[in-house]
Amino acid sequence: MKILIQGGRVINPATGRDERADVAIATGRILTIGAVPADFAPQRVIDAAGCIVAPGLVDLAARLREPGHEHEGMLESELNAAAAGGVTSLVCPPDTDPTLDEPGLVEMLKFRARKLSLCRLFPLGALTRGLAGETLTEMAELTEAGCVGFSQAEVPIIDTLVLQRALQYAATFGYSTWLRPQDGWLGKGVAASGAVATRLGLSGVPVAAETVALLTIIELVRTTGARVHLCRLSSAAGVALLRAAKAEGLPITADVSINSLHLTDVDIGFFNPAMRLTPPLRQGADRDALRAALADGTLDALVSDHTPVEGDAKTLPFGEAEPGATGLELLLSLALKWGADSGLPITTTLARVTSDPVRVLGDALGSLASSAGQLLAGGVADVCVFDPDVTWTVQPGGLISQGKHTPFAFESTGTALPGRVRATVVAGTVAYAAPST
Amino acid sequence: MLNKRNPQLNRHGELIHLLSIEGLPRDVLTHILDTAGTFLSVNDREVKKVPLLRGKSVFNLFFENSTRTRTTFEIAAKRLSADVINLDIAKSSASKGESLLDTIANLSAMHADMFVVRHGESGAPYLIAQHCAPHVHVVNAGDGRHAHPTQGLLDAYTIRHFKQDFTQLSVAIVGDIVHSRVARSDIHALTTLGVPDIRAVGPKTLVPGDFKGMGVRVCHSMEEGIRGADVVIMLRLQNERMSGAMLPSAGEFFKNYGLTDAKLALAKPDAIVMHPGPINRGVEIDSAVADGSHSVILPQVTFGIAVRMAVMSILAGNEA
Repeated sequence: MKILIQGGRVINPATGRDERADVAIATGRILTIGAVPADFAPQRVIDAAGCIVAPGLVDLAARLREPGHEHEGMLESELNAAAAGGVTSLVCPPDTDPTLDEPGLVEMLKFRARKLSLCRLFPLGALTRGLAGETLTEMAELTEAGCVGFSQAEVPIIDTLVLQRALQYAATFGYSTWLRPQDGWLGKGVAASGAVATRLGLSGVPVAAETVALLTIIELVRTTGARVHLCRLSSAAGVALLRAAKAEGLPITADVSINSLHLTDVDIGFFNPAMRLTPPLRQGADRDALRAALADGTLDALVSDHTPVEGDAKTLPFGEAEPGATGLELLLSLALKWGADSGLPITTTLARVTSDPVRVLGDALGSLASSAGQLLAGGVADVCVFDPDVTWTVQPGGLISQGKHTPFAFESTGTALPGRVRATVVAGTVAYAAPST
Repeated sequence: MLNKRNPQLNRHGELIHLLSIEGLPRDVLTHILDTAGTFLSVNDREVKKVPLLRGKSVFNLFFENSTRTRTTFEIAAKRLSADVINLDIAKSSASKGESLLDTIANLSAMHADMFVVRHGESGAPYLIAQHCAPHVHVVNAGDGRHAHPTQGLLDAYTIRHFKQDFTQLSVAIVGDIVHSRVARSDIHALTTLGVPDIRAVGPKTLVPGDFKGMGVRVCHSMEEGIRGADVVIMLRLQNERMSGAMLPSAGEFFKNYGLTDAKLALAKPDAIVMHPGPINRGVEIDSAVADGSHSVILPQVTFGIAVRMAVMSILAGNEA
């Protein structure tokens, strides 16, 4: 399909390009940016006047709930949500049911996603069988099936000998390991330790749950040379450890979720189950440190941490409610809001959800690595066209995702969000077009 | 984030649910205590009944076992002439897999006017208050570690009865503060009523430093915590916490923090000793102290009925 995106402001965060230009797309690739060839005959023209034409977003943490949790989300509904959110590539963790520890499951997911052609899907394989923290998975087979790395999702490895061996083995073949730093014992609470949890009588997760795990992981990276991506840091102390590890030159990258970037434990209010999240929301000083670290690049990427949760699982007392919130459709707006609040240039803001996450994925993307997350002539045509000047209010019922729970619902925040996706192009086909376009 | 209205109060600032003492204005608390005072005499009458809740149905919903608290609520409701229905949910619907809100919807359909709720999870009564019919009032009879507001109120009532004025008092709360809904409700009640000096006393496993944020002085030494106190509130140590990683043994806890006459001698000469019950003699309190002249543990129980009558009658008079 030939597509012409006309009259928009083209921003390529990786190169700093920011200019008004037309984008011509053919056979899945960007043909030209700027002068359109005289003989180019588009089948579809997207009017991008007043809009920003950016690389499609790359989300490093989104649960699709398939297989095993179809009542909470289906591949099709969640990939449609991704497209509506301008997300053209996403990484899904292996905590499905069964877990992604079998090449056949990974192939099936990749195949179905490809057929839908709504968003590129990059699964993480389970680091250990059934995420049980005991036996390594067949990493080479899983990589051939399409896994871009290996992860324990939310299940920490208790046995540090197994963790060390998993990192050694992964390092042998250059696979990256994605770990959410949380100590298995200290992390059992339901809210961040602190004044709010104390007052509400909620069991606490101390900052030490994160820092103890980080210190272990960092030391094992130092001794094994494994490449590790740290998922969803939540604390100022965690950021300080990350900064020191990076300064030392260790092969570590990290991300933060939209929730931890914008919210604190005070938002739990009167036991609002929408605020039941993992990692738990921490204090204002933690949020400020996360925002600053994302701005200066210590944190490499911003992720949606999209987790659809069915209604019944949230209408429970706070401690019993299932953790998680929907996020794919909010990622762009919450990135823009953070960028504007922090006074960042739009190129920096967009880099954290486009080119920087692609850098985190690195070689695992294969031939896509050189142009995904970017807008380059000759590169893949994954594009997000959005209007930066409109604001919208989050009405959970209006979200495409099957997960309707979000801490950012207008009803509870009273705040409108900036930026609305007009069109999303994935591999040269239109995956989403806003109703008015 | 929006500053949401306290779900316990209606638009006029009147109490429609009692979920926690936190956030309630001092005059609301004082009104409850004053009202309880008027009910105290009802308990002494030959016919111990007033008709304030006649025709109303009070459902005791206990998702967690309790005999004592449930009984005092039942007596309070009956003295107000309400019909009382006791549901021991720990043994019925919940064990059949019915969800909390389904249980509430079913009971609402039976035309309940008031739910008295005890639940093992902090915040459960908030969820119930949010989802029940608008005319139904919810009284929290203890939720997880969060709150036990009628206990906080009856403790405040007891202190006012014996000490008259809150504003010159030193109050020591001793024991398993971190797991205690009673401690939290006491702290909120007493700080709201103007007690200037509240000490939370116990080892660091049971009294973490975060409690400073609730306006109390954290003391890890019993001597320091109890010295010069006007009121000593001893908390019950749950069996399952007597030995493990929280404490090595009940005996060592008693040695360090158990209230004996010798330790009580550090408090003011006219200090009163309180306990929410049931007491563990020889674990947190010596029998000689529990039965001694400073102890007001039994008056607490009597006042508890009057305070619960006050809460229920006030709620029944206010509309959402």
